Order: sequence, then C-alpha cells, then structure tokens
Amino acid sequence: MSIEFIYPEFEVIRNENKCISCRICEQQCANEAHSYDEKHKIMMCDDSKCVNCQRCVSFCPKRALKIVKSDCTLRENANWSNETIKEIYKQANSGGVLLSSMGNPKPFPVYWDKILINASQVTNPSIDPLREPMETRVYLGKKPSKVQRTKDGALDCKLPPQLELSMPVMFSAMSYGSISYNAHKSLALAATELGILYNTGEGGLHEDFYCYGENTVVQVASGRFGVHADYLKAGAAIEIKIGQGAKPGIGGHLPGAKIVGDISRTRMIPEGSDAISPAPHHDIYSIEDLRQLVFSLKEATEYKKPVIVKVAAVHNIAAIASGIARSGADIIAIDGFRGGTGAAPTRIRDHVGIPIELALAAVDQRLRNEGIRNHVSLVVGGSIRSAADVVKAIALGADACYVATAALLALGCHLCRTCQSGKCNWGIATQRPELVKRLNPAMGSERLINLMTAWKHEIKEFMGGMGINSIEALRGNRLMLRGIGLTEKELEILHISHAGE
Amino acid sequence: MQTIDVADLDYKAINETLREAGSDFIIEGCCGQKFIAAGMSDKNVTINGIPGNALGAYLNNANITVNANAQDAVGDTMNEGKILIHGNIGDAAGYAMRGGKIYVQGNAGYRAGIHMKAYEEKIPVMIIGGCAGSFLGEYQAGGVIIVLGLHKDNKRIVGNFPCTGMHGGKIFLRGNCENIHFPKQVTARCASEGELDEIREYLSEYCSDFCYSVDELLSEPFTVITPDSKNPYKQMYVAN
Repeated sequence: MSIEFIYPEFEVIRNENKCISCRICEQQCANEAHSYDEKHKIMMCDDSKCVNCQRCVSFCPKRALKIVKSDCTLRENANWSNETIKEIYKQANSGGVLLSSMGNPKPFPVYWDKILINASQVTNPSIDPLREPMETRVYLGKKPSKVQRTKDGALDCKLPPQLELSMPVMFSAMSYGSISYNAHKSLALAATELGILYNTGEGGLHEDFYCYGENTVVQVASGRFGVHADYLKAGAAIEIKIGQGAKPGIGGHLPGAKIVGDISRTRMIPEGSDAISPAPHHDIYSIEDLRQLVFSLKEATEYKKPVIVKVAAVHNIAAIASGIARSGADIIAIDGFRGGTGAAPTRIRDHVGIPIELALAAVDQRLRNEGIRNHVSLVVGGSIRSAADVVKAIALGADACYVATAALLALGCHLCRTCQSGKCNWGIATQRPELVKRLNPAMGSERLINLMTAWKHEIKEFMGGMGINSIEALRGNRLMLRGIGLTEKELEILHISHAGE
Repeated sequence: MQTIDVADLDYKAINETLREAGSDFIIEGCCGQKFIAAGMSDKNVTINGIPGNALGAYLNNANITVNANAQDAVGDTMNEGKILIHGNIGDAAGYAMRGGKIYVQGNAGYRAGIHMKAYEEKIPVMIIGGCAGSFLGEYQAGGVIIVLGLHKDNKRIVGNFPCTGMHGGKIFLRGNCENIHFPKQVTARCASEGELDEIREYLSEYCSDFCYSVDELLSEPFTVITPDSKNPYKQMYVAN
C-alpha cells in the first residue's frame, strides 16, 4: 500500500456458516464489492468498494451478510476527527473539491425535535378522526385580501390560480438525470393517485410523463434545460428555482457522462455535453428582475398557473421572502440546509444555510408583520421526515411541505449518500438500465402512496387531538407548539413558548 | 394583416389580442411593453416603436420584426422562430435559446447569447451587425453567434470576458481579433473556408434582411472561437 491508502470505511461481514455461495450479493452489487473465487468455491469481498447501501444485506437469502463500520481508526483526537483527516487525505491525493450526496449529516440542532405539539384536555374536546370529518385539503396560491363583489352585488369568486392538494405535502424537485426514469414514474403515479404534486427539477419533462401534467410542478432553473412553451403549459404550476438548501449559492452540474439517451433528449442538450446550471440566473439581479421572469412565465402560460419561487434558507431569508412576495410569485418554497441533493460540494452542503424551522418562523412572521402573508403560500422542505414534522411546520406557518428524502427512502433508498457515483443499487439515483429496472414503478408508487396515506392518518390524529378539524385552522397556530430545551432567543425566533409556559 | 395601436395597452392586453385572432399583426405605437409574443407560435408580428424587455420569450415558432431598438432579454429561452431587430438590443439577448434566429442590425449589450444551447436539428443563430458588450457567449453550450462589427467606429468588436465558461457551439467574429483577450479554455483561430461555409447561409439571409452584400462581409477574415472541451469541469471533484 502507499501514502494514498485510506482504510475502507465499512467492512462486509459474511457468516461463512450461513453463506451458500449463491452469488446473489455479487449480482446485486454494482460497486463490485462481492466476487466469487471459482478455485476455492467461496465468496470474496473488497471492503473498499462497499458504500453500505445494504442491497446485498437485504437480498441475501440466508441473512449471512452484515455491513459494519470499520473499527480500524486513527488515533482518537477530539479536534481532528477521523472524517476530517480522511478528507484531507482525499484532497491531497486528488486536488479535488469534495463532493457528497444527500442532506447535511452533521450534528446541528434539529429544531423539529425540540418542539412539542399540544392536545386538548377537558375544556376543548378532541375529535376522533376515524369517525368525524377531518379536512386535510389545502389550496396553494395567492389569496384575495378582501371579499370582492361584482357590479350586481354578487360575490366575485374569481381567484388567482390555485393548486389543490389533498394533504399538505408535495414531492420536491428531483430531476430526471439525478434520479431514474422509474423513480420519476413512481413519483408521478403516486402524486396522481394521492392528489398531490411531484416536481420535475431542472431536467425537463420526459415525453411519457406529460400525461401526469395536472400533478406536476415544472421547474425553470438557471440552465433552462428542457424549458419550452409546451413544457411550461404541461404542468400544474411552474417553479423558478433560485436556490437549493443543500447548496445555496451554488449552481448545478450534471457531468456529460450522465447526459445520455433520454436524459439528453429530455434536457434538450447534446449527449456527452455537461449540463451546467449557473449559480445565478443571469437575468436576475434584483426583485424587479425576478418579477420580470415571473411575469414572462405567466404571460407564456396565460396566467393559468401559479408560479413558485424556490429559495434556499439563508441568513436574510425573511427580507428575501418579503421581496419574493412582492415579485408577483404565488408561492414561495424555502429549502432548509438539511435538504437533500444528488451531488453537492461537501463543504457547501455542511456549512451554508440555516435550519428550515427558524427560516419558516422568521418568514411567516415577517410576511404577517408586513400584511402580505396572504399574497403568497409558503412551502417548506429540507428536511421533513415525518407527519410530526409536517404538523409542526404547518403550525409554524407553512401552507404545505416539500418531501424528497423521505420519498426516496420509501422507494428503497438506504441513505448511503453516494448518489454521485451513478451506481445506485436500488435503481433510484442511476441511469444504468440494469439498475433502473430494479425499481418497479407500480411497486414504488404503491410504497409512496402507503407512506403518504399513513402520514395523512397521523396528521389527522394530531389535528383531532388538538380539537382542530381543518388543516387551515392549524396554519400559523403557534399556540399549539411549545419548545423544549431552547434558549430565549430560539423561542423568540420560533415565536413559541417554552414547555410549561 | 391586422394593425393594433398599442399606445394605451399594457403587455397583458397586447398579448391577449395577439393570442385571440389572426396570425399577422402590425403593432403601432409600442413603447416599452414587455413580454410581447411570449411563448407564441405561428404568428408574424411587426413592431413599430420600441418593445420592452423579454420580447419573444419562450418563442415557439413565430416571426417578430422590430423597426427600432429593443430592450433587454430579447428571445429569452427561445425555442423556434425568428426575431429581426432594425436597431440595437439591450442585455442578455437569447439567454438559453435552443433554436431559432435573432438577427440584429445594430449593437448588443452585455451577455448576448448567454448559455445558448443546441439540440439535434435545433441550432440557434444570433447575428449582431455592430458590436457586442462584455460576456458575449458566456456559458455557451451550443449554437452559433456571429458578430460583424459593422459601423463600429474603432470600438472593439466585443467587450471584456467573451466566451467565459463556453463549452459548446461556435462564435464567429469578423476581423482578426488581435485586441481581444479570450479565456484559456477556448481556442480562437482564423476561420477556414469550410467553417465560413457553415455560416454562409445565415449571412446570406441576414444580408437580404438588412440589404448588405455577403461578398463584402466575407471580404474580411473571420475569427472562429470554439471550446476545447464540452466537459470543462470534469477534474474538479473527488467523491467523499
């Protein structure tokens, strides 16, 4: 070995007594960690290739495999962690910028876990959601600030375009290219069945998926890949992507090697050419410029679709959101710093942006203070992990939540965080046909529907417990929340009381 | 041919009129209304007066002729069609355009042709008769940008930082461009006969649109700029 050697992070433990050398692990591993020694008739493994995606573990018919974190470590050092040192080695070996996948894994505070939800006792009866009607439907879009009447005195019911969701959750942007055809199809099918929406991300819309347009948010980002009039008209809403929680201020970059076949056709760029989404939109330098893009999209789609502006949660998010609310956007989507990604520079992912909980509270409060909260709906993501997070987000002021990592987990993702390799053994973050076909869209969509149906039940249970029978009555209802173990300042920003108060 | 006087109409009203009936229009009295013909197909629009920003954004096979200057973001994300400007244009013209033609008689502002693309039979073409501002063809991923430098009065044919981040397509600048500084990842060289043949058809069309002589245009040498790689950022990352 050499100075460049880094001891493998994981070890593949094979129970030789249980292993029958069926070679399923070998077939399942696109990283080629497993191999078969013909001469000695035994299975071998190369730990250095293992990414701990658990595919072989899940498919071993004899439960003979497990993956463990290697205990071969450098000398303990509270300042120089193993991880930090290995990152130095990787960069010294290659000269490269560290590239990671999925959301920020660092132990920053998760405020969702420091917020508790209320329930009714004695004075305000709780409601049994199994026996009584419980409304989880939400409408996203600009709401009129007052009741308007027509000349003959009738109610003027003409509203700006609204998105109707059966529950306050949407699948957030993941491009075709970052995830597979079958993953996209699973999301599209599930969104349609559930009465919610999924999001194309900046990869265009595959011709096969135009039929799911009513349940699709089409994205327009700085690279404008696959954007044309029919694409804009195909979706239920258009999302302008300014930023992403995993990499605020950073553009996107799908390497040319991944721009093949359908991906190239859907993005409408030549095969093998890098798909570069520049960090900024080069025609947006101000809120006025943003307004121009918002209205050019509205003009191109005849004002029939709400326009979402998606930004990453960053330090001045409240002021930024106030600007967006005045730009003519119908919906603001805010992505917190724990949001996922198919690939982002590690340092950016782990050190830039702020938690969505604080961003949401600050934005909702600011828009209320300025009297413009009803001009826009608020959608938050990055990361929403459960029905409890959804309920807390709604009570903090969100209209709906964006969910992506949880959806991928439902599809089989084991959060090994190596999406950037393109060798996803679960058929999600890959374009290799033999891997993509491992994900069956019918089964994938069923699992997504299961997950969301379960969340919907849980949301209703929470609401019933609070004596609330409509999700609209929960929005911004911060009296339903209490902080636990939070400082005065944190409570002030979240605008909630401490438990016991 | 329908004539619309738009002096008292806002952009929404103009586009509603354009969408509603007919395919051939003359717009009179245009004064800064934005988004004219955004996303439209199968229209022929002549504009007298000055259209505002984002003229022909997402244009999807329509023809627009402007008998004056135009402002910023002409042909933003254009897909197909032709925009002819008998005057100058502002900044960020043809942002991310994937197809169609933008022919300008006068000068262009900053960032003309930024992130222009190409896809299969779709090859967008932008011809600027005068000079272009800084950042011409930034992030260019495909298509053809031609700057002719006619009537440039000793000005440089392009401003600073042309072709930054270029990774596809071609730029042709009339003249030898000795005074222009190009970034490292592109090659600028004298265009060969074969390369000039590639653009002869566009130049002929341009000349017939604006009454110039192709032979006269081609009497001067052209500099052609191409990127060295379509994957300029390949080596930057290490998996973590």
